[in-house]
This record gives sequence, C-alpha cells and structure tokens, in this order.
Amino acid sequence: MYKYVVKRLLLLIPTLLGAAVLVFLLLRAVPGNVCELRLGGGGEWVDPAALEQCQIQLGLKDPMHVQLYDFLTNFFTFNFGESMWTGRPVAFEIALRFELSLQIAIMATLVSILVAIPLGTISAIKQNTWIDYVVRTISIAGIAIPSFWLGIIIILGLLITTQAYLGTPWMPPIDYRPLWEDPGYNLSMLIWPAVATGYRYSAVATRMTRSALLEVLREDYVRTARAKGLLEKMIINRHALRNSLLPVVTIIGIEFAFLMGGLVVTEQVFNLNGIGKLFVESVGNQDYVMTQSLVMLVVTIFVLVNLVVDILYAVLDPRIRYS
Amino acid sequence: MSAMKTSFTRLALAAGLGAAVAVGGVVAASAEEPKRGGVLRIVVGSKIPSYDGHRESTFGMIHPIRPFYSLLIRVNPDDPQSSDFICDLCEGDLPAPTNEGKTYTFKIRQGVKFHDGTPLTAHDIVATYNKIIFPPEGILSNRVSRFSMVETISAPDDFTVQFDLKYASPGFIPMVATPFNFVYAKKDIEQKDPEGKDPQYGMKWHQNNINGTGAFSFVEHQPGAFVKGKRYEDYHHEGKPYLDGYKAISAPKMSVRIQSIRGGRADIEFRGFPPKSRDDLVKALGEDITVQESAWNCTFGYAGNQTKPLFQDKRVRQAMTLALDRWGASNYLSKIAIVKTVGGLALPGHPVATDEATLKTYYGYWPDIKKSREKARELLKAAGAEGAHFKIWNRAVDQPYKVVGTWMLDQWKQIGLDVEQVVVPTGPWYAGLRDPDAFDVAIWPSCQSIVNPIVDAGAWLSKERAADNRGYYTDPVLDEWYDEMNREGDPAKQKEIYRKFEKRVLHDEAHFGQVLWWNKINPHRSYVKGWKIAPSHYLNQSLDQVWLDVSDEERKQRTMDELGG
Repeated sequence: MYKYVVKRLLLLIPTLLGAAVLVFLLLRAVPGNVCELRLGGGGEWVDPAALEQCQIQLGLKDPMHVQLYDFLTNFFTFNFGESMWTGRPVAFEIALRFELSLQIAIMATLVSILVAIPLGTISAIKQNTWIDYVVRTISIAGIAIPSFWLGIIIILGLLITTQAYLGTPWMPPIDYRPLWEDPGYNLSMLIWPAVATGYRYSAVATRMTRSALLEVLREDYVRTARAKGLLEKMIINRHALRNSLLPVVTIIGIEFAFLMGGLVVTEQVFNLNGIGKLFVESVGNQDYVMTQSLVMLVVTIFVLVNLVVDILYAVLDPRIRYS
Repeated sequence: MSAMKTSFTRLALAAGLGAAVAVGGVVAASAEEPKRGGVLRIVVGSKIPSYDGHRESTFGMIHPIRPFYSLLIRVNPDDPQSSDFICDLCEGDLPAPTNEGKTYTFKIRQGVKFHDGTPLTAHDIVATYNKIIFPPEGILSNRVSRFSMVETISAPDDFTVQFDLKYASPGFIPMVATPFNFVYAKKDIEQKDPEGKDPQYGMKWHQNNINGTGAFSFVEHQPGAFVKGKRYEDYHHEGKPYLDGYKAISAPKMSVRIQSIRGGRADIEFRGFPPKSRDDLVKALGEDITVQESAWNCTFGYAGNQTKPLFQDKRVRQAMTLALDRWGASNYLSKIAIVKTVGGLALPGHPVATDEATLKTYYGYWPDIKKSREKARELLKAAGAEGAHFKIWNRAVDQPYKVVGTWMLDQWKQIGLDVEQVVVPTGPWYAGLRDPDAFDVAIWPSCQSIVNPIVDAGAWLSKERAADNRGYYTDPVLDEWYDEMNREGDPAKQKEIYRKFEKRVLHDEAHFGQVLWWNKINPHRSYVKGWKIAPSHYLNQSLDQVWLDVSDEERKQRTMDELGG
C-alpha cells in the first residue's frame, strides 16, 4: 500500500507538467491582455506609454518560451508569483479564499451524504413503489436543475417571502465572516449555497446509491443471508449497503474535488469570495499567473482526492489490495 | 402611483445652471440637519487592482479607496453636475492664471495632517504631481500625456504650489481635479526599501499601502471581499465626515448588487443600474428607495474601419449615421438600456456643447427619420454600396453594448445594409480594436471622469496621434484645429473651433457616429442622504457629505457591527 501511494504521488509530477503546458498555451491563445483591461477596461482613455510599460513590467513582452520556462521553474520551486491584477502573492490570494471554498465543499458534501444515502437506500428497498417514484422524481429534478439557478430562486424566494410575512425583505449576508468568529452570521450566509449545491450533488449520489444497492441486493450472498433467516435490516446495513458504497464514494470524491474550484457561478450568485469566483475573475481579467496557479491547484486536488478514494476502496472492501 | 421619492436630476453644466434640476417627485431637502454616526454599506461591481490612483483607472478602485484621500481641487460635492471646481487641499477660490495663462499658484491649507500624523505641506503636493506627470522610468502613471501642457511644478514656500505650463491650456484645471490624483505624503513617496532591494520602493509604496488626508482612514481590506474605513477625526473640512465609517463590499454580479439593496445588505451602489432594475427596486421598496438620474459622461459610438474600402467612402459613413433614429431611441431604447441623451461630441449642457437646433442640422440628427433614411439610401446608391455587408465588432457586456449594438444592427438593416454583429469577451474585443484587420465597424465607447471636452476631443484625432482611434483614419485638418483649440485662451473662439471640429467628425466626414450618451441611474436606500449624483461614476466619491437618516440605535448598531464600537 505504501509503495502504491508513493507511486501515485510521483505520477502527480507528469500530470501537473502536462496540465501546466496545456493551460499556459490555452490562456495565451486568447487575444488581449491584462494591461488593456486594467488600464482601460472601464472605457477610460489609456495612455499608450503606460500600456506599454505595464506589459513590459508583467513580462508580457517576453518571448513565449521564456514565459513558459519562467512559469515552470517558478511553479516547481513553489514560487507561484504575484497576481497580474492585484500584484499580491498568488499563494496569499488563494489561501484567503480556500477556507470559504472548503467550508462550502464540506457542508455541501454533508448535505449530500445525509440526503443521498438514506433516500437512495429507501428507494432501492421500496423499488417501484410510490416512495421510489417520489425519490426518483426529486433526484432527477436535482440533476436537471443547475445549482446557480436554484441559488437565484432561493434568494428571490427569501426576499419575497420575508417581505410578505415579516414586512422587510431579507437576504443572506454578502460578506463572509469565519465560522469561529461569528457562527450565526457565517451559517446564515453559507447554508443556502450549501443547500443549492448539495441538492444537485445529493441527487447524483442518490441515483448512484439506488442503482448500486439494487445490484447488490440481487447478489447470491444476499439471497443466502435471507435464506439463513437474517433480519432484513441487518442484511441491508451490514452486507448490502457497505458493498454498494464503492461507486457512491467515487461520486462523492469527484464532486468534492469539483466543489473546491468548480462553483464558479454559484459563488457569484451568493457573492461568495471563494476559489470559483477568483477563477472567473482571473480568466476574465486575463490574469495568466493567477489562472495558471488555480488550474494547477484544482488538478492537484483532483489527483489527491482520487487517491483518497482509491484508498477508501480498500477500507470498504477488504478484497481490494494495492501493491 | 408609487410614492417613491425621486430626485431625478438633469445635467445642468451650462453656466449658471449648476444645481441639479428636480423633474418630479420630492427632492431630498438640503436643509435637513445631518446626523452623525453609522456605517454606509456600498456594493462595488469591480475589483481593486492596486490602491494607487495614479496608475489605475477603474471605478473598482475609486469607490472603495477614494474616501481615504484628498485632492488638490475637486468637483463641488454640493453641485457635482456643474463644471464648478473647488479647493480641497488648497484654500480660498481657485487661482486665476497669471503669466498669460501659463502659471497657476495654489495656496495650500495649513493644519492638514495625513492619517499617520504627518503634516501636509506644499512639498507633498509637488511630490504627488511630479509622480503623476513626470514619473521616473519604470513607474507606471496613466495620465502623463494628458498633462503634456505642464512644464514644472514647484513650491516657492511650504504652503504655496506653482504649476508652470508650456502654453495656456483650458484643459489644465479639469485635469488637476481628476479624481485619480490622490495626494500622497512626500516622505512616503521618497522612502527607502527597508531591505535595500528596490530603489523605487517609495514610488510603489501606495500600490499596497494607504496614507491619505481623506475623510476616512483605512481599517481593513479583505481582497475580493470588502474594504472598511473609519472616520478621520482630524479631517480638514470641519464637522465632516458625518459617518463613523463605510464598508465597500465587492459584488461583481449585478443581480447581487441589486438584491443586496433590496434585501437590506447594502445601502447604495455608485456606478449605476439599468432601467429595469430601477423599476424593480421601486416596485419592491416604494418610498424606501430614492432614484437619482443623470446624463453620464460616457459616449456610446461607432466607427467604420477606414482601412477597409467600404468605409473609405464618406458617403457610406454618412449614410450609416443618417440611418440611426437617435431622437426616437432616446425615448424607447432608454427604457431598456443605460443610454438616453442625444448629443454631439461634448456632453450636453457643457458650455462648448452644441445646442439642439444646430445639432438637428447634422446628418443623423434630423428630426424626420424617414427623410433621413431616404437620404441614406441615396448616398449608398451613389457610392455603389447598396446592400453592403459588414460586421459590428462588439463587446460581450449587456449594458449598454449588446443592447445598443443590436438596435444599431436593426437600424442599418432598415436602409438595406446587410449587417452582422460579432460579440466577444472584453479581452479579445480590445485586442481586436488594436488590429485593423480584425473588424469592420467598431463599437467605440469612451468614459471619462471630469467633463473636459476640449482635452477629450483628442480621441478623434488622426490615428498617428490618437492611439485609440478606432476608425483608423488620418485627418490633418482635425489635428490642426485640435491644437488651435487647445492653445486658444478666449472661450468664445475656442467654442467656435470646437464647433467646426465636431461638425467635421460627425457630419462632414462622419468619421465617428455618436449614438447616445449613457444615462446614469442610481437607486439607493432613501435614508442615504447628502450624496448627489455626478455625471460620472468616478466623481463625488469622497463620502464626506454622506449621512444616514436612520434611528440613533440603528446607526450605533451599524458602527458596532462593522467597526466594533
């Protein structure tokens, strides 16, 4: 197992290298640059000399191979550079937002697990009953509805209902306070995006739990357990559910990694100062340094989460051994 | 009928008209006694690049950072619609120029202190303007060439600043009042790198640090989230500011900004909302919302790319401008887009702006749109360009770009032209504008802070002189008139030259088609008092006049929540 983990971690290096070259080239294939946006994005008159100087200072006038070499050597020596937009260290900008994104990812994952596993299990056990139909309708709706749209509906719903019943419209806070500083304020802000993203996330996991459990329930060892006269509850909990969790864990892992950098629209809808919003702004501002670093961060998270998922397989199913 | 309190203001820049004009509803009574305390919550739709006003140009920096700084002179906060400038760090009236209009001498206020306690002197002003106008190599300053008339800046004594110009220029005073000209302390600009690495450390210090003499001192900046400031007790305008502090919350998405005002999370947004959002807020909040409107110092125009044969024929360019129903659009397009005012090259109301009667003689401004389009078809036929095909190069931003671009497409189709619209994100759009092979017709907006049409006319000079000339034309006549206008001391003669210049740009050569001026709409919570809309979202942002008309308890609570007491 130890060797397997080391091998997987070493594979991270070529993966990151490939991703780095790809993102470097793709970003520069888009015309325009950060200086033009920064100095004249608002439609104000731009001094051509200032524009030129800005491009020189940010290294945009250097040949492409020099820019690529600088990026790769800096990245692999953990020097992530400074944002071309704010001039602050990239590591500082990301660290500032990481906490919020992580909290949302954890909350949405909790919502998902708490909803998906019980509902998926009930749906499988009560297959083709009205309960199953209701659960399937809810989960299909969850897959079909984009979480940012649900977010907008939640905000509008809160505004309209609070105005109708309390007389004053209320909406969640739009500036972040850490959980340990002001838990009430923090949760009143983050519970809504967690629900909006957790719903879609749980819908996928519910579907997966249901289908995996249905498959396991048809296995010979389940029939044997029933023939032995074991209680149905024990069959489900001890034998069927545990064995059906492998694909569910995979889905949860991938979704968790996605939430760490992929909540680009939902974070904007709720004005969350997280990694996703930073991603959108960096791409929009053509801030190459920040965008490259964010892509590398997301790639790293995906690789590491997949590794954790693989290790969890062995924990859940003792037949799986890595060497 | 909604009981909303509406202070519709109309641009009244013309001499003597200064004050905002109430068109309907109730204008907030200026005689009300301001209440002290509380924290104003602003939503800002853009991010802060750096804190250095001398290098930046975005409102994303101005709105949260401007309240920390003072200017030498500023737009009158009591009458921001006028072209009236008043002293901020100088004292008395604005100086009249001497030495045949080539010397301006400012007396500097005494007793002013920076937030760190350093006393302000004339040497700080000199160091500031030297950084803006004559930055050392490697230091980015975004307004160097606009101060091309300045020869030297000096301090004859500790409280006198003298600007010596190369030539008398009417554009000088408005340039000094530009809201980006934050006054810095000389000792900050000249400080040395503690690590001894960067010889220009002091010149760059303000990119990441704040030390001004503004109404508020810096408390906290959480990048991407908010900026907080608290009242500066030693502020040089006595009795101000009224607020205990302010919090500028970054909210790039417009729907968040609108809903946050509706949902009580923010009090005001200073850039402006579309008409539909104004109507929604008024419908939802009734008398709890106040709307201020103003013509906006942003042109929305287009230019045919004259490196392409189709647009080298001025009859085609004239036909294009004749096809646009500007007077009609001012009524109907303004209901869905942030454009409204019909005007020429200068913001209507400014002393050099063209009067309506004259404007109506220019191509594209005739009141009879049928007659105008008949003439357009005639010109196209004469040019052999009937049914000509071209593409509009537009920016992927709804307001007003996509909305007005789509309207223009329809207008041109009505004279038989075959038009397409290409909408691209901002970065590629700018890159395309710099490449004459990339586009046929460019949308050409221009948003300025101070209303300074004489200097701003530089945008329409030949491509060899104006880097942002989107029509890629060369017109030595315009270049000559521009220089003549900028060195003319007599306002009447200057206006005469401006008129010739404008007629050539819009009518005779039709190099540029000015469609409509933008319309600024600022709905805000009715309890926000003392702020008056300016014709630019960059102006009147010191917040020293603003106060909150809420209960004492609520003001205290806000201060407690945001500043901890």
